Amino acid sequence: MMTDWQPIVLSAKLASLTTLILLLLATPLAWWLSRTQSRFKHVITSIVSLPLVLPPTVLGFYLLVSMAPGGILNDAFTPFGITPLAFSFTGLVIASVIYSLPFAVQPLLNAFEHLDNKLLEAAATLRASPRDRFCSIVLPLARPAYLSAGILTFAHTVGEFGVILMIGGNIPGETRVLSIAIYDHVEALEYSQAHWLSGGMILFSFVVLYALYRLNDRATTKQSSWAS
Amino acid sequence: MSEAQQKNTIKLSFQATLEHFTLDIDCQIPNKGLTAIYGHSGSGKTTLLRCIAGLHAAPGYLRVGDVVWQDEHLNLPTHKRKLAYVFQDACLFPHMNVADNIAYGYRRTADTKRSLSLDDLIPWLGLAPLLKRCTTTLSGGEKQRVAIARALATSPDLLLLDEPLSALDSESKNTILPYLEQLHREVSIPMIYVSHSLSEITRLADHLLTLKNGKLISAGALSDVLSDAAFPLSGDDEPGVVLNGHIVQRDEKWALMQAQIGGHCLWLKANGARVGDKVRLRLLARDVSLSRTRNTEQSILNILPARLLSIRPDTHPANVLVTLSLATQAEHHNTKILARITARSAEALALKDESAGEGTIWLQVKSAAVIE
Repeated sequence: MMTDWQPIVLSAKLASLTTLILLLLATPLAWWLSRTQSRFKHVITSIVSLPLVLPPTVLGFYLLVSMAPGGILNDAFTPFGITPLAFSFTGLVIASVIYSLPFAVQPLLNAFEHLDNKLLEAAATLRASPRDRFCSIVLPLARPAYLSAGILTFAHTVGEFGVILMIGGNIPGETRVLSIAIYDHVEALEYSQAHWLSGGMILFSFVVLYALYRLNDRATTKQSSWAS
Repeated sequence: MSEAQQKNTIKLSFQATLEHFTLDIDCQIPNKGLTAIYGHSGSGKTTLLRCIAGLHAAPGYLRVGDVVWQDEHLNLPTHKRKLAYVFQDACLFPHMNVADNIAYGYRRTADTKRSLSLDDLIPWLGLAPLLKRCTTTLSGGEKQRVAIARALATSPDLLLLDEPLSALDSESKNTILPYLEQLHREVSIPMIYVSHSLSEITRLADHLLTLKNGKLISAGALSDVLSDAAFPLSGDDEPGVVLNGHIVQRDEKWALMQAQIGGHCLWLKANGARVGDKVRLRLLARDVSLSRTRNTEQSILNILPARLLSIRPDTHPANVLVTLSLATQAEHHNTKILARITARSAEALALKDESAGEGTIWLQVKSAAVIE
């Protein structure tokens, strides 16, 4: 039983790191998408949303190819000395950032698009620079969206199986995350351990979704009282 | 232009192509008092205000006093223009309480640039009891008072007001108007006030710009612009003039007071004004009738001698709009009055453009409203 804490800790570490990186990346991306008149807007939105519709194996396959020696991801990260990526924790983080991207971008994009531009204009007439306006008006008003984006990204990263299996394999302490560990236990007919982990996942997912819906509900009632 | 003259003016010139019309404005207004921009909805007045604020990008030139905000090389972004803007719908920040809204611009203004303190502003606008309140729970009038305080707290060089009263019910309007009047009297910040309501403008403005389809059609001192019979009125607004004068005596027996205007005296219904106080009157064209003789055996108190200047058709073919000048000893003192009479009466009295300046016409003023 003691060894089973390792995949849980690893999953939590992977999901936290992915969420942190994605919120930082998704903020400028979603802001740009919400403001731009560029004709590439829909191209970029479609690319960002691809992981929602693609089978994880397709994504996993191309990630594996690009992480192999000579692949683009491998070449991009070689100068930083963090290769090989395939079958490493770093590789998992990079893969998670890619396949969880839409879960971070969509809620932020939605919030930024519904932001009343007049508030930003009012802030500009009150001496606030663009960066100041973003920090003092946009971020506080988009707080519910940041919470949903964070929760969705975290939960989706914890739950991913196919991509991880293809590029991470099953190395204990490195790439053997929760979903892989469950698969292993079932393969080895260790049903009681599989129950512990799977039941825990169900409970975790339920709590996350419940928290999210309650949060959304409160945010919308607050928003509508703003409108009145 | 000399430096002193520059300091006293705001020069604005903008060309912007919009969906339905082209904004093309080039004018100079005083860098003090309140300049109203009047026009029908869709005449470009709000766009002009947004150009001044830098919220609408348009090529042009803008100088406020001796500071250039925009020319062909320079275009200061809004947050670097020392202005404040009061929006039609207040635009308070929903995630901050009243106190934080008011302090938003104040915190972003350098100590040395602050000329108005929060300790003066908050009690003046009666906001002390509201400071901890959430902005969503405020009434329309309260929101607009907070918006005015928030704007003034930046100690702006120019205050822009975009129809600040139009979203309010008439009761709230009547509570905000005295604040704007007091602001105009006591604070020396130049203001530009966009409105389609002539009653607000006649109460507040010193100077008036009129826009139509993005073009400037009249500009000048309020009383001069309004006394032009060709002034384009919008909606239910009535033609009429604004007269400035002061109280010379009160008659407590009949509850009247007498105001001196351009060398003539007018009896008015007494209000709280004291002898020596300044008054502003609005005299509507429909309240002035004309006579060739001085008929004193009638109910009208105010009968003034005048000369005909011009006559033009009114909106209804039965009426004409007559422009007259009050007769005075001082030739340069030219107070214009508008009178709306029937075309039939104009002919009976032999009032024609060709007879302008000939003979005395007696104005009979039925009523004049004291508006300030």
